[in-house]
Amino acid sequence: MSLLEESFDLARAENRALLIGYLPAGFPTLDRSISAIKAMIEGGVDVIEVGLPYSDPVMDGPVIQRASETALNNGFTTRDVFKVVATSPVPTLVMSYWNPIERFGVEEFAQELRKVGGEGVITPDLTIEESQSWISSTDKERLHRVYVVAPSTKDSRLTEVSARCSGFIYAASLMGVTGARTDISSAAQALVERIKKVSKTPVCVGLGVSTGAQAREIAKYADGVIVGSAFIKMILESNSESEANLKVKSLATELAAAVRR
Amino acid sequence: MTTDLIGHFGRFGGRFVPEALIGALEELSLAHQEALTDPTFQVELMELHRTYTGRPSIITEAKRFAEYCGGARIFLKREDLNHTGSHKINNVLGQALLTKRMGKERIIAETGAGQHGVASATAAALLGLECVVYMGEEDTKRQALNVARMKLLGAEVIPVTTGSRTLKDAINEAMRDWVTNVATTHYLLGTVAGPDPFPTMVRDFHKIIGDESRTQMLELIGRLPNAVLACVGGGSNAIGIFYAFLNDQSVRLIGLEAGGAGVETGKHAATIVGGTPGVLHGTRTYVLQDDDGQTRESHSISAGLDYPGVGPEHAYLHEVGRAEYQAITDDEAMEAFSLLSKSEGIIPAIETAHALAGAMKIGKEMGDESALLINLSGRGDKDVQTAAQYFGIPL
Ligand SMILES: Cc1ncc(COP(=O)(O)O)c(C=O)c1O
Repeated sequence: MSLLEESFDLARAENRALLIGYLPAGFPTLDRSISAIKAMIEGGVDVIEVGLPYSDPVMDGPVIQRASETALNNGFTTRDVFKVVATSPVPTLVMSYWNPIERFGVEEFAQELRKVGGEGVITPDLTIEESQSWISSTDKERLHRVYVVAPSTKDSRLTEVSARCSGFIYAASLMGVTGARTDISSAAQALVERIKKVSKTPVCVGLGVSTGAQAREIAKYADGVIVGSAFIKMILESNSESEANLKVKSLATELAAAVRR
Repeated sequence: MTTDLIGHFGRFGGRFVPEALIGALEELSLAHQEALTDPTFQVELMELHRTYTGRPSIITEAKRFAEYCGGARIFLKREDLNHTGSHKINNVLGQALLTKRMGKERIIAETGAGQHGVASATAAALLGLECVVYMGEEDTKRQALNVARMKLLGAEVIPVTTGSRTLKDAINEAMRDWVTNVATTHYLLGTVAGPDPFPTMVRDFHKIIGDESRTQMLELIGRLPNAVLACVGGGSNAIGIFYAFLNDQSVRLIGLEAGGAGVETGKHAATIVGGTPGVLHGTRTYVLQDDDGQTRESHSISAGLDYPGVGPEHAYLHEVGRAEYQAITDDEAMEAFSLLSKSEGIIPAIETAHALAGAMKIGKEMGDESALLINLSGRGDKDVQTAAQYFGIPL
């Protein structure tokens, strides 16, 4: 059993959902992204998702776009993502658009990530049809493969995509890009229920989740809650590293309390 | 030329998109397939082309310009005479009709030079669709006249302020809009790039250029041309004129990319000549990228060629050697721009001037026995300001 799977089991035993926190590597700098992740974990985040900044992030709203741009302007390179993963004491996945992985070398990327103790990869723009080399490389390195499904995904396709996911299935809460929303649409629950009919793999809900109230709502029906832009906002709105990490930690604390049923 | 069901051209093409868009791409693929064999659709589109676009477009022999091309006979396929001034209308009318067929009421489009945006706004006005055009903030300044044209036609123009603020970022923003509003909205992509079925569908709407040209050339000179030339940004006008000649092995197919300040300077948009295989905007193709797979900024005097990707079918034709791709610098393009204007009384788009500069080289290479067919993809009215600045003509 992987560390990630153990975390899901533990959370289930404690009657709560897993809290997954996202931050891009190298934002605002490499060191600060490492210390912000530490703050997230201190606040109670169970699993870390490290974003790999990309020049053309079509699934991301303005906040993650800005963070990615900052990281790239500050000299982020693909290898930095492994440095960040290596420092994380909790189960950690990478979230990356496909081109940087392909450019690095599909097999090499999987090998490097395994070497630094990564648990898996979330690929928002990789379709199952284009996944042959990815499936064999991740299988070989025993990495979890997480695809993102949406409210518009038809049942027949949900079955196909879920069958190729491991660790968890990422359910997009709404039709749209990342970024905080004031309401979580009812589409999220309906999607989770449809996935549960075709797969036993845990389902986590992300996109637009930013408050304890939203996390509490989602924790009622999903195995995990994913929060990203809201953490980045804390960093963007702070004047210093210590202020940023305090705010990140306190948001994590609020969310961690909320995912307990 | 598509080699499988999900839009691959050899190892290029395919679909690299969020799952949220898969349903819409499948729906579009089906609508396109049905339309191809539906006589009603074909009649409606052809009738629009005859009475609105102004098709078939004529071929002009450029006898005086031929003197700069080593004496080769030069034939210009006049897509500049289409309504709205370029080949773009062929694709736009086709996709706008498909939008209605799918029961959607809103189209979004990206634009660089503004030509595709203007064509989209035009089709939307004609067919009663709502139209939103994304345009890099940089380009809204470079092409202010076209922004005004789109607004006059009733479209909303949204300046894009992220990334390099040019065409690539306009496409990103259009994709984000599409992911959000896909139930009501069709993304009317302006070139043969993007995820399947766009490269195939947009080609099918432009192949009329080559179909007409092939017949016209046989009528005009009793044989096929020795070479067919076109400029390549995303590659829609090029694939449109190449496609009818793909099986004519005696005909050289030559795509001219934007060499900017010179490929060796790194400041260019010559994706096939100076790029590497990768994934951009939903398709595997040649891309201008760094060692980490981050997209590099492209540079060209022509906004319509200023794109760091290229259609996957061109990547394939390059790889199998059926078509050749060369880079033309800004200066070479502007020289050809000026020569055609003064020798033929035709002011071409700066994009098109890259193909003309290519003809000046290829003509000299192939000699005065040869006949070259060039896709005159657009007229230069939109470029008057840029050209005046370049040549130091006070405005
Ligand atoms: C006149 C003209 N030619 C060519 C192009 C380049 O596009 P493509 O390579 O898709 O034909 C443009 C794009 O704006 C254009 O306006």
